[in-house]
Amino acid sequence: MKRYTRQRHRVLQVVTKLVIPFVLMFGLYVQFHGDYGPGGGFQAGVIFAAAFILHGLIFGLQRTRQVMPPSVIRVLMAGGVLIYAGTGVATMLLGGNLLDYDVLAHDPLHGQHWGLFAVELGVGVTVTGVMISLFYAFASRRGSDEAVPTGPGPIERGPTERGPTERGPTDRGPESMS
Amino acid sequence: MEHVVIMTLLGFLVVIAIGIIVLRDLLAAVALLGLYSLVAAGAFVVMDAVDVAFTEAAVGAGISTILFLGALSLTSHEQKPRGNDSLLAVAFVAITGALLIYGTLDMPHYGSATSPAQTHPELAVRFIERSAGEVGPPNVVTSVLASYRGYDTLGETVVVFAAGIAVLSLLGLRRRRTLDSAPDDAPGDTPAAEPHAAVGYASRSAAGPIAPSVRPARDPESSA
Repeated sequence: MKRYTRQRHRVLQVVTKLVIPFVLMFGLYVQFHGDYGPGGGFQAGVIFAAAFILHGLIFGLQRTRQVMPPSVIRVLMAGGVLIYAGTGVATMLLGGNLLDYDVLAHDPLHGQHWGLFAVELGVGVTVTGVMISLFYAFASRRGSDEAVPTGPGPIERGPTERGPTERGPTDRGPESMS
Repeated sequence: MEHVVIMTLLGFLVVIAIGIIVLRDLLAAVALLGLYSLVAAGAFVVMDAVDVAFTEAAVGAGISTILFLGALSLTSHEQKPRGNDSLLAVAFVAITGALLIYGTLDMPHYGSATSPAQTHPELAVRFIERSAGEVGPPNVVTSVLASYRGYDTLGETVVVFAAGIAVLSLLGLRRRRTLDSAPDDAPGDTPAAEPHAAVGYASRSAAGPIAPSVRPARDPESSA
């Protein structure tokens, strides 16, 4: 299985490496251009997470975890909500109502601009973290629950590969899609 | 002309939905679900709701499909053959659908300029006329979502966060930590070393979200 992954999916791996930077850049564009065109934090977060999920599907969960460790994801999930709620608290401390961005700068329009920026960033960060963690949670079950009989699996595995190998189980991503 | 396009897309949606119901091959059904979202996104674009279309394409056609595929890789690709469909279930679905269609009869017609949302002085008219002066961005949808309804969006973000927390506490994020990083950590943690498969599953899912160092201490208890 490991051998198949390395050899049969080489084209996919090369193309993925080429595509991922553009996906990330498009995610940033959607995030910060949402004021002027379609898009915003939610869509940007999903696109940003899609880049990491693509990486996980092609290169295996193990390597994606090195790029984006689960500890970072948990910080992202909570951090986005904190950014959003913190903006609301900041507006209250500056004398306005909750999430009344007018008070964030001397000019109300500038304040609104800062407020929108911070709030959309919070949404994007949280959505990115949650989407990646959903993928991790599903994908990591594939390898770890092999000892649990869950009925006839779609992919037959030899008895030698049943053990918890270092990378084998998570490398089944691309094959399950074919 | 626009109505013809929309009707065609909606017809596609019906056909795809029937296909999803009929198909036994779950992989094909998941692919059709992605297609359904893509066609729905196309319909939203024709209706000038680009932000909604964007979300539908990214979430419905993208992330959901991948999550379904991830779930499918845990189970069989083939739906189990069912017995005869219960007449009660068919009747229930038919009645519910009829009630939903009956409910839409009260809705304003598609594109109606006299619907309450269009004519109410504090809704669409006000946002379109004054959001540029009050909030700034030319995309009124962003102004409404993040500023006028910022409190609601905060709630939505918290809901997304809560959903993530729920999945993590059910499935766990760092289940395979000992295999990932620390070979010197917890020798009895690998699934092959579990004495009983079901007990191992229970103890691992119980200790999953907590610190992994708890697991070796808990395993002897739960297997005893």
